Amino acid sequence: MRIDEKFDLLKKKGEVALIVYLTAGFPTLKESMHNVYLLSKNGADLIEVGVPFSDPTADGPTIQHASRVALKKNTCLKNILVELEKIKVDTPLILMSYFNPLLSYGKEKLFRDIKRSGVSGIIIPDLPVEEAREWIKVSNSSGIDPILLVSPTSTNQRIRLIAEYSRGFIYCVSTTGTTGMRDELPIGLLDFIQNIKSMTDKPVAVGFGISTPDHVRLLRDEADGVIVGSRIIEAIEKKEDLREIVRGLKEATKTSRK
Amino acid sequence: MKQYLPDENGYWRDFGGRFVPETLMGALAELDKAYLSAKDDSEFQKRLNYYLMEYVGRPTPLTFARRLTERAGGAKIYLKREDLCHTGAHKINNTIGQVLLAHQMGKRRIIAETGAGQHGVATATACALLGLECSVYMGSKDIERQKMNVFRMELLGARVIPVDSGSKTLKDAINEAVRDWVTNVENTYYCIGSVVGPHPYPMMVRDFQSIIGREVREQIIEKEGRLPDILVACVGGGSNAMGLFCPFLNEDVRMVGIEGEGLGLFTGKHSATLSQGSIGVLHGAMSYLLQDKNGQILPTYSIAPGLDYPGVGPEHAYLKDTRRVEYTTATDDEALQAFKLLSEKEGIIPALESAHAVSYALKLAQETSKEHLLIVNLSGRGDKDLEIVEEIV
Repeated sequence: MRIDEKFDLLKKKGEVALIVYLTAGFPTLKESMHNVYLLSKNGADLIEVGVPFSDPTADGPTIQHASRVALKKNTCLKNILVELEKIKVDTPLILMSYFNPLLSYGKEKLFRDIKRSGVSGIIIPDLPVEEAREWIKVSNSSGIDPILLVSPTSTNQRIRLIAEYSRGFIYCVSTTGTTGMRDELPIGLLDFIQNIKSMTDKPVAVGFGISTPDHVRLLRDEADGVIVGSRIIEAIEKKEDLREIVRGLKEATKTSRK
Repeated sequence: MKQYLPDENGYWRDFGGRFVPETLMGALAELDKAYLSAKDDSEFQKRLNYYLMEYVGRPTPLTFARRLTERAGGAKIYLKREDLCHTGAHKINNTIGQVLLAHQMGKRRIIAETGAGQHGVATATACALLGLECSVYMGSKDIERQKMNVFRMELLGARVIPVDSGSKTLKDAINEAVRDWVTNVENTYYCIGSVVGPHPYPMMVRDFQSIIGREVREQIIEKEGRLPDILVACVGGGSNAMGLFCPFLNEDVRMVGIEGEGLGLFTGKHSATLSQGSIGVLHGAMSYLLQDKNGQILPTYSIAPGLDYPGVGPEHAYLKDTRRVEYTTATDDEALQAFKLLSEKEGIIPALESAHAVSYALKLAQETSKEHLLIVNLSGRGDKDLEIVEEIV
């Protein structure tokens, strides 16, 4: 299913999209693929599969740790794509990777192999829209949605530009900072989401620091999607019951909109 | 005349750019604007020159190395004495410039990364001078190796923050500084120590360091009545080399950059990014990198902490590809020999980084005739390296 179709479907049901992130290869490639399956069966609407990188400057300690473990197990993009191709899930999958492993893989080959693996979208956190032009072009022509990020420091002019090029949804970074769990949502987040939504009709999903069902409930009237990453990694690390966690988060996304 | 300026997006042809999270794009645009206006602002330039003269101790001498020249038996060797700058290395040319700019931009908190501690000390010094808060990220392995510089930074009022992630060295200190910057971008200025990072840093740091080359130009004309034939400098990130080379790029002058060969290229334990690397993106810019076949950054090694980095400035990548500058390497052993030789023959104890340049300059001087003029950038003094050398010798 395409990403925008998924958002449409959820909207009709009065639900916000639950997008979960996990690092491929953490704790092993096999286990991470099993977790993709588990997450998909228990309420995740979309799944971001992270490619580990040696220098993850946009990530906090939790995802840094997961990346380190995955690299120690020799996880690489090629193997991740091969494994993703074998997984049969209805949930749209999104590849998330820092730019250098993608650059090293090669643009044309990358999108061909992503397409074959059944992945629907791609997020590259260190590739801002100015640098992304060529990549967006190839991504679009391969039928892969390029998902771009906006941040609280983005000017309205940039938000419009990013919204124009982003497909599937717009990734709203909730706060200045790295990924990771925080107790409270940032002040002004709801206004920020409203501001983005006033400039685009595309779905807006919020990530960074979203970890509990309470966070999700606070966001569900404004956002079209919520992204939970570090909490998922922590649950995997501590061998918590992933099914229970994702069900709890999914339950919180259900509401009838005012 | 060929312009060695990056385009408006910060590219020297294929190299440079801004590969950073969206959160930093606004700050980079703000910095670009502030820097370009400071560049043309005579008041700013006056303040900068005042501090360079009255505080850093510029101009630094261009010393004729008589005994070294005799020993080599070829080209006349001159040393550009950046070792005589306040704090002991060229790093302060850049930190005075950037911290002045940050001050003018109204930023009250400065962060920096440091490997050996030289850039950290230079940043802490500039912050003490201008009364700004300073935090320096440093790999815990480097903290262990360079205790004295940690103490210096603390004396200067800076907070040294240990970095325990990854290889616990310079690369990881940069990662952590970027994470701090992305979090505190509204009130924090990131003072990068080399000609690396996203645009406008490579251009700005080069401009601040190009005082080295501008002085050399005047000094050599005064002493010899003409431009030099060969310039030699070591290259880690590449700031002292860019500073020396930049004012000569349009002249008929041969330039050579020397990278750290460590234990030898075949051992894999080196930091010869331009000689051995491939094109990629690290720390915000497209350049050459030491990376594996999957695009993961490789660990590096050099006896000189300032060369121990898997990336290099994007302008160097451009100068390599256009063959304007030659890049080659010197091993740990060669650097150590030059370290001792310069100490014994000239009474100058060089930084281990600069010793790489001295080593190759000796080879070049031997190959060229006595009419040639060769200038080596002596980017720093060796006090910081005495413990490392003592352990080996």
